[in-house]
Amino acid sequence: MAEKQEREKSKFSIIVPTYNERLNIALVVYLIFKHLRDIDFEIIVVDDGSPDGTQEIVKQLQQVYGDDRIILAARPKKLGLGTAYAHGLKHASGNFIVIMDADLSHHPKYLPSFIKKQMETGASIVTGTRYVSGGGVHGWNLMRKLTSRGANVLAHTILWPGVSDLTGSFRLYRKSVVEDLIRSCVSKGYVFQMEMIVRASRKGHHIEEVPITFVDRVYGSSKLGGSEIVEYLKGLVYLLFTT
Amino acid sequence: MKHIVKILSILVAVAAMWIGLLHISIVPKSQTWLLPLYLIISLACYGLLMVGVGLMRFPTCPQEAVLLQQDVVEAKDFLRQKGVDIGSD
Repeated sequence: MAEKQEREKSKFSIIVPTYNERLNIALVVYLIFKHLRDIDFEIIVVDDGSPDGTQEIVKQLQQVYGDDRIILAARPKKLGLGTAYAHGLKHASGNFIVIMDADLSHHPKYLPSFIKKQMETGASIVTGTRYVSGGGVHGWNLMRKLTSRGANVLAHTILWPGVSDLTGSFRLYRKSVVEDLIRSCVSKGYVFQMEMIVRASRKGHHIEEVPITFVDRVYGSSKLGGSEIVEYLKGLVYLLFTT
Repeated sequence: MKHIVKILSILVAVAAMWIGLLHISIVPKSQTWLLPLYLIISLACYGLLMVGVGLMRFPTCPQEAVLLQQDVVEAKDFLRQKGVDIGSD
């Protein structure tokens, strides 16, 4: 009964952090509206003062779709991913929060499967995974795949996180859960994504997975250098001792 | 319980069993001394095997890149019609 009520009044706030994503944010917004029909949702764009006019485009999109459906939560400059989510949350009126990237590597066509999975299972978190059948990655060379697999095996061996894709950031959260998690997470970059899901798992939250595909960014290049690997290893050790 | 404590407990349990084996000497002592080395080597082999298997079965999705390009064209057409300034490329 309670579940049925939840289904009827569910609202989804989709938080999309941007920095110089003028074209991509327009494409993402169009695709979200295309794939989420008959669902109550809002899009919250957290823009970190992009000089390329991302905010102008968001204002134009508000004219098309309505400023109750698209909310611009601007910040003066680049201030990091964790605080971007916290900032977006302040503007969110939904009882569920979706977090996704603006660069089209997260395709909005998977949103219905996140929502369906949540409704079927009552999970507090639904996380997208690239590493199961039905999921996948496009645009990675052998080195990138090798690093990714190595990182994954290492994390699973020492952390036992209970989810297959730790560093993916396409996720749906119950609002109360994500508010609590953001307060307890301190990492930067994609170690932050790993910290969120590991802490959630330790706190005993019900986590479900759905397969997603990941097409590495179409415009602009993807970044994974030696310093990212060092950050990742530091993140693993940090989580080993604090969770 | 912090995760590191869990892992250390397992290590302590394994060490205790090893010391036990050293004392009761069911297996020849020379062999027992080498057991931790075997354990480390087999862990490393397991890790390499998992990376190898993961690499061979790495799920890829080249068709998704094509579908995404179609979506991009469709989205651009729609947005241009609505007067959103997305550039002229």
